[in-house]
Amino acid sequence: MADALVVERLAQLALFADLRWPELEAVAHTFEEEVFAEGQRAVRQGISGSAFYIVLEGEATVVVDGAERARLGRGDFFGEISALTGDVPTADIRAETMLRCLMLPGPQLEAFLLEHPVVMLRMLHAEARRVRDANRWR
Amino acid sequence: MSDTVSSRPFPPGQYPLVVVGSGPGGLQTSYFLRRLGIEHAVVSADDGPGGMFRRFPLFERLISWTHPSADVPRGSRWFEAHDQNSLVAEEEELGALVLDELGEDHRRPARDEMAAGLAAFAERAQVPVRYGCRWESTRREEDALVLVTSEGEYRCTAAIFAIGMTEPWVPPIPGLELDMHYVHVSSAPDRYRDRRVVIVGKRNSAFEVGEAIVRNGLRELTLVSPRPPDLARLARSPLRPWYLTPYDEHVRGAPGRYVLNASVDRVERRGDEYLLHALDPTRPEALVVEVDDVVVATGFRAPLQDLPELGLATVLDGRLPALTPYWESVTVPGIFFAGNVTQAAQGLRKHGVASVSGMVCGFRYNARILARHVAETVFGVAPDRPRLEPESVVSHLVRELDGAPELAMQKGYLARVLHAEPRQGVRDEGILPLEVFVDGADDGVAVTLEFDAEETIHPVVYLRQAGVLRETSLPPHPLRRYDDPVYRDALAQLVDPLLRPLGSI
Repeated sequence: MADALVVERLAQLALFADLRWPELEAVAHTFEEEVFAEGQRAVRQGISGSAFYIVLEGEATVVVDGAERARLGRGDFFGEISALTGDVPTADIRAETMLRCLMLPGPQLEAFLLEHPVVMLRMLHAEARRVRDANRWR
Repeated sequence: MSDTVSSRPFPPGQYPLVVVGSGPGGLQTSYFLRRLGIEHAVVSADDGPGGMFRRFPLFERLISWTHPSADVPRGSRWFEAHDQNSLVAEEEELGALVLDELGEDHRRPARDEMAAGLAAFAERAQVPVRYGCRWESTRREEDALVLVTSEGEYRCTAAIFAIGMTEPWVPPIPGLELDMHYVHVSSAPDRYRDRRVVIVGKRNSAFEVGEAIVRNGLRELTLVSPRPPDLARLARSPLRPWYLTPYDEHVRGAPGRYVLNASVDRVERRGDEYLLHALDPTRPEALVVEVDDVVVATGFRAPLQDLPELGLATVLDGRLPALTPYWESVTVPGIFFAGNVTQAAQGLRKHGVASVSGMVCGFRYNARILARHVAETVFGVAPDRPRLEPESVVSHLVRELDGAPELAMQKGYLARVLHAEPRQGVRDEGILPLEVFVDGADDGVAVTLEFDAEETIHPVVYLRQAGVLRETSLPPHPLRRYDDPVYRDALAQLVDPLLRPLGSI
């Protein structure tokens, strides 16, 4: 059973902005919570079997071959590409502070998105922005 | 001080280390600390050993196995995978003690058999505990931790809390009361006869109590919680064959057997009955279930007392401490945890597979690693790291994959780790959390057993050379026989570049 606080936190995340209360509570029960110490890695470049994460609290960096590429904070998500494609992650996600995340095992992500198309659409918007920004940098 | 009191071990005072708890986690940790020569006190609020098994499970036998028949010596390390319930020891006569207590025709212990096995371990391994000494609060003073107990203060450099998840946890839903919790469910055979019962929750304790009261002739049973039972996960869950009558009957449409995937909005009292209002996201209106009894089986929390006020970070709504890979608080150095509260240290969780650190068969190995880690990092007592000749590495790794109980139980979580470097040669680091090797910097090799995304068990090799880590999953074997030329050859090929520079050592 999830605390009302967790559901409240979910309601504030853009990814879940279209969900109603009972749906949010079901989501809170579907995801698990993981906390990483500062310096610990949530996702490891080149290591298979990782999961999909949404940041609830704290900051993380995206590190590729030892070089920092981006910073992540509350409401950001990561791990979805390897979870959906089955490929190994192409970056480390390293906690820069204590990092509290919601976690969904990779094999469950596709079914979750099919059950919650409004979340899938929100995710697609975010991915579209990432692609746009990546193209801008070229 | 009376004779009775003075004859008890560990009076309040100053100790290098204090272990709190006398359940399987506390006993196992203390045993390994003593083997390493680390002086410590053990205190427990209980009046005897056993921890949660002095009370739980309430109705059913445990869901973990103890198989009496095996082709390896009873009590040996190789027997441990046959017996998930006993504590482990270096001495064969101290292993597999639950087996002595198990009634005939059973492969799973009842609560009292489990408690007796733990008591036998405490006695035969001579694990002294100051019983009846309740830890109440904690403070930090300069470099010391001070544990305030019902009998006085204990000052120490570090503390290990093996306090179990034993405090009933009830979600903050209007109308749910603490006295409805699983721990208060009556075991009187007629208590639920001809009654309508709703159980809030769908995890172990919910199915356990459901199974028990179904047998005792209740009229209607409804299980409700937001998350649907995860059938894929149930397929590899020890719950599947033993607790699932209520779910099975619901699926097959038995009258009066319902499993709802809905949020509980509130519970109201109306005369002699309760009205449970459940919100199912797929329906426009609330479902109202009229029942005679409400059982809240939403699990437990660790009795962390005032540790959060010391800055201890938690997960799961404050129910468990957030831990490093060596089971130390992520926010308060010097505070470690053992036993089933180590389950928040999740490891790599590849493909979502969790550790079994919530069960004796998992945390008994965590306890050995924790004792070594605390001995080395807090007290400067370096554990034995035997040197291996390069030509014996492959045989060693194959033997571990084939029979190491730590790898068989804690799949994807614990690994056999060897470090290799030109000046030192190959050193056996022992069994460690896989995450420690993967996130470390030392060149070497780690082997483990893992479930893949399709839940097939594979040996997996992690090899780091010149700082570059490579993961190789080896093919599964239908009889899980890894002492096979296929694995020997594959391992030899993988470790060759790592060992070749060490050949002359």
